[in-house]
Amino acid sequence: MTKQYDTIIIGAGHNGLVCAAYLAKKGQKVLLLEAADTLGGLASTREFHPGFKASVAHTINQFSSKIVGDLNLAAYGFKSGKPMQSVGLSEDGQHVSIANGKVTGVGQSDIDAFARYTKMMQRYAKAMAGFSLQTIPPIGNNSFSEVLTFAKMGLKIRGLGREDMRELLRIISLPARDLMDENFDNPILKAMLSWDGLIGSKMAPRSPNNTVLMMLFRMIGEHRGAHALPVGGMDGLINALSNALTSSGAEIRTSAPVGQVLVNRSKNGLSAVGVILQNGEEFKAQRIVSAVDPKQTFLDLVGVDNLEIEFTNRINRLRSDGYVAKLHLALDGLPDFNGINIPNERMIIAPEMDAIEFAFDDAKYGEASSEPVMEVMLPSLRDQSLAPEGKHVLSAHIMYVPYNRKGGWTKKAKDQLAKNAIKTLSQYAPGIEKQIAHAELLTPADIAESHLVTGGHWHHGEFALDQMMMMRPTYEAAQYKTPIPGLYLASAGCHPGGGIMGGPGHNAAHEILK
Amino acid sequence: MKKYDAIIIGAGHNGLTNAAYLARAGLDVLVVEKNDYIGGAAASRQLHNGFWYSNCSYVCSMMRQAIHRDLDLTKHGLVLVPYLGTVGFADNGDTLISYHSEGPEYNHLRARSPHDADAMFRFQTDLARYAQLIRKTLLRTPPDPTSFRPRDIKELIFLAREFGTLGQKEIYEYIRFFTMSAAEFLEDYFEDDLIKAAMASPGIIGTALGVYSPGSAYILLHHVMGDVDGNIGAWGLARGGMGAISKAIAGALQEAGGEIMTEAPVKQILVTNGKAVGVILENDEELHANIVVSNLDAKRTFTKVMDKKDLPPGIYDKAKNFKIRGSSGKVNIALSGLPKFTNVPDNRYINRGGQAFLGSLETMERAYDCWKRGTWSEDPFVESVIPSAWDPTVAPPGQHWMSNFIQYCPAELADGPWTPEKRDAFGQTVIDKIERYSPGFKKLILHAEIRTPHEIENEVGLTEGNIFQGELTIDQLLFNRPFPGYAQYRMPIKNMYMCGSSTHPGGGVSSACGANAAREILKDLRRKNTVPEDDCYDE
Repeated sequence: MTKQYDTIIIGAGHNGLVCAAYLAKKGQKVLLLEAADTLGGLASTREFHPGFKASVAHTINQFSSKIVGDLNLAAYGFKSGKPMQSVGLSEDGQHVSIANGKVTGVGQSDIDAFARYTKMMQRYAKAMAGFSLQTIPPIGNNSFSEVLTFAKMGLKIRGLGREDMRELLRIISLPARDLMDENFDNPILKAMLSWDGLIGSKMAPRSPNNTVLMMLFRMIGEHRGAHALPVGGMDGLINALSNALTSSGAEIRTSAPVGQVLVNRSKNGLSAVGVILQNGEEFKAQRIVSAVDPKQTFLDLVGVDNLEIEFTNRINRLRSDGYVAKLHLALDGLPDFNGINIPNERMIIAPEMDAIEFAFDDAKYGEASSEPVMEVMLPSLRDQSLAPEGKHVLSAHIMYVPYNRKGGWTKKAKDQLAKNAIKTLSQYAPGIEKQIAHAELLTPADIAESHLVTGGHWHHGEFALDQMMMMRPTYEAAQYKTPIPGLYLASAGCHPGGGIMGGPGHNAAHEILK
Repeated sequence: MKKYDAIIIGAGHNGLTNAAYLARAGLDVLVVEKNDYIGGAAASRQLHNGFWYSNCSYVCSMMRQAIHRDLDLTKHGLVLVPYLGTVGFADNGDTLISYHSEGPEYNHLRARSPHDADAMFRFQTDLARYAQLIRKTLLRTPPDPTSFRPRDIKELIFLAREFGTLGQKEIYEYIRFFTMSAAEFLEDYFEDDLIKAAMASPGIIGTALGVYSPGSAYILLHHVMGDVDGNIGAWGLARGGMGAISKAIAGALQEAGGEIMTEAPVKQILVTNGKAVGVILENDEELHANIVVSNLDAKRTFTKVMDKKDLPPGIYDKAKNFKIRGSSGKVNIALSGLPKFTNVPDNRYINRGGQAFLGSLETMERAYDCWKRGTWSEDPFVESVIPSAWDPTVAPPGQHWMSNFIQYCPAELADGPWTPEKRDAFGQTVIDKIERYSPGFKKLILHAEIRTPHEIENEVGLTEGNIFQGELTIDQLLFNRPFPGYAQYRMPIKNMYMCGSSTHPGGGVSSACGANAAREILKDLRRKNTVPEDDCYDE
């Protein structure tokens, strides 16, 4: 006897949770299935050493405040944290900091340039913002409302005024390096500003076409690009979402990995009618929403025999290899960073753009850089529950670490990478190596395995012009519907894309409720 | 003192084309050229007795047929010979041969990979289709997307319609091609490394991007959208060298009464109350005209031959930021005989056609990594052709000259400026590489001319020796070329225009920039337009 639901959602990452919450709120009978024993996917907080916890995504910089409002998350305990400073570390302690739209630690000309630059970028981000929370129609034979969406886009851009529009059309495809060189002198400032356009992607400062879009995308959040940690850490958000969800009657099942999406073949075609768990348990629903990445959804769960061959090719060619490793350190005490009293901000270790570029060069050939560049923070300073009294957790994103390492990710290779990363850290926080009680390194390959995301890619698919908007993940699946009636997508592999933002979950829910 | 209707600065092929069309419209035009020869980077030069080098550009494909016919360049002596049978060399000496007929081509590919033999057909058809769309824009003036003038809106609609005719599916595929890296784009078609490398190589020629840089797929397209006698993607040699093209255009110009003044380097463009009125030569001679057209690249035009105070605010910085990066070198070699290459059957077509010393995608990308670090690779990508194998007029009987184009060669070295010693070391690297694939090659060498970006800039005047007069990235294409707001060949100074490859549609010996600029000038003068529409529409 199988139970019948309105909607089954596969994957309780934040997008799955958001989508489920919207549907449940509208009174749907929703079942949310999660393979892991914790909710939140890449934002889930897990214990990596007795008493020490961390999450792969360690900050939030763009979670939609509309979603917070719609789902009344505040009532369920969500409180967005104060925006963090970004600190570009310098070995001699002469750091560059960016806090509430102002930069310090650089020359006057850079201070002025930065003010101009951020104003400009924020105008552009504002013009884009609206479209992240709506479905982007396909190109060609459009309905009136769809044409209207494009018209609105056009007007938004024209609304910037002639000079701004011209500049936008020029810089939108610029490599970070050129944009920075045109605006600034300070090498650390240039590096840290490029960072947000590059992290999580297969791009370096000299790579054209996609970086500026990524920067703008990350600036549409409430803090205009500044990162923050919610009260209670990442769990602060995830718990609020799951509470909102359960209180509106949705069911959540953890440790319930889905093995297959049930596709019904009848004379009027295919349709998704349910799922079978890996343990053989079966659930039926009117529709299935997949919040796991498109490649897994179609190639593993749906199966290619249910897909048109060209569509399969397009899913196959999705570029979704991750390039970021995660380092978690359990520390006996507070590390002592040169020139920083309390290291409770977001710190970036990349002395200049070339340091980033050259780290990328190693990754191109399947090697991790011997001089890694990274983004570091100590979440335990903002959420005591993550580490025992007096002890701390250091969380670092390491670029660029290839998913496919030449020769594979042997233990030796992982140890070497961890060693290099810790060596780099100790140049900025002398003695840190002696404070380490335990170190966990997650390569993209590890993340793929532990968090069940193809390629270990944060965004489920490279954030590139040809994999954006009505092309994300690919045409015929970019409006959250798929070629298989009853099957929807709601993952970061859809517009607007990755990051703890909630857009895909929100948009998918709205398509379903249409 | 004589006043011309128009003075064109620089007798490169675009400057000559521009002048020719203005002259044919009845204008009294003068082309001033700093060198003692015309042609700029499309020149034939006898630098060793009896050997005529095309010492910059060396093959021709982009030349717009409409212009070729309209200016009757054939009558003025231009003969294009398609050349065939390029051989790609891998690091291990393995070779990939492109035959001139489909049968052998397919069988040869099939021997390497049946998968790729089939994919090649799909790839070539896709490429030709994508090329066709761009080809339609070459002889048109880009619209200003910020303007509401009927003409700009009409042009925008034209582009949208042409784009639309691709059909929904094609549009998406097209966007991929336009924005992806050559390597990643090719991964979707091919499995064989050498085939990928061979197909990717046009994606890096002349640009400061690598095969893995997004945007290099478009450069690839830029190099295959040309044609020889309507055969899209084919490359040809100009009989007598690339100078024959410039000479033919100059012939059309002079026939229409235009003048050319060589050894007349321009010191400065004369501007009086916001209007361009002529030029001052290095020898302080003043030449006056109602219109000044610069065929120099955008950076050189605004930062070298103009007075900053004559420019409206912002333009100088735009020019300073204009991306025109030196990334290519050239080694021209006179040979006492025809070199033999290992693993190449002795077939007249293939061992006298082009040679591409590819290595692999990784070799090419690592060469780019060297460029980023301000040095040249010990194992660079070299594209070669032996024109004398096809054209007896460019070398003494039985002897040959070989054109070698090298990607990458930095304009500035990390260890200080270029010196003759470094230049020769660079040349030696190239010669050593060829020797690896053609034992005994060195013994054939009679003379070699080695050109780094430094030599190319000093002689031809291209900033950093960039062969396109500016990178072909989206931020510098179509209505962004050279700068947003100035893509319609009119410059911020009244009566001043640009007609070089810094303008749409960009680099390559196409004559399109010069012709488009002429069309705009004649429009402003309310003269009848004599510039032809492109004729590639129903191909």
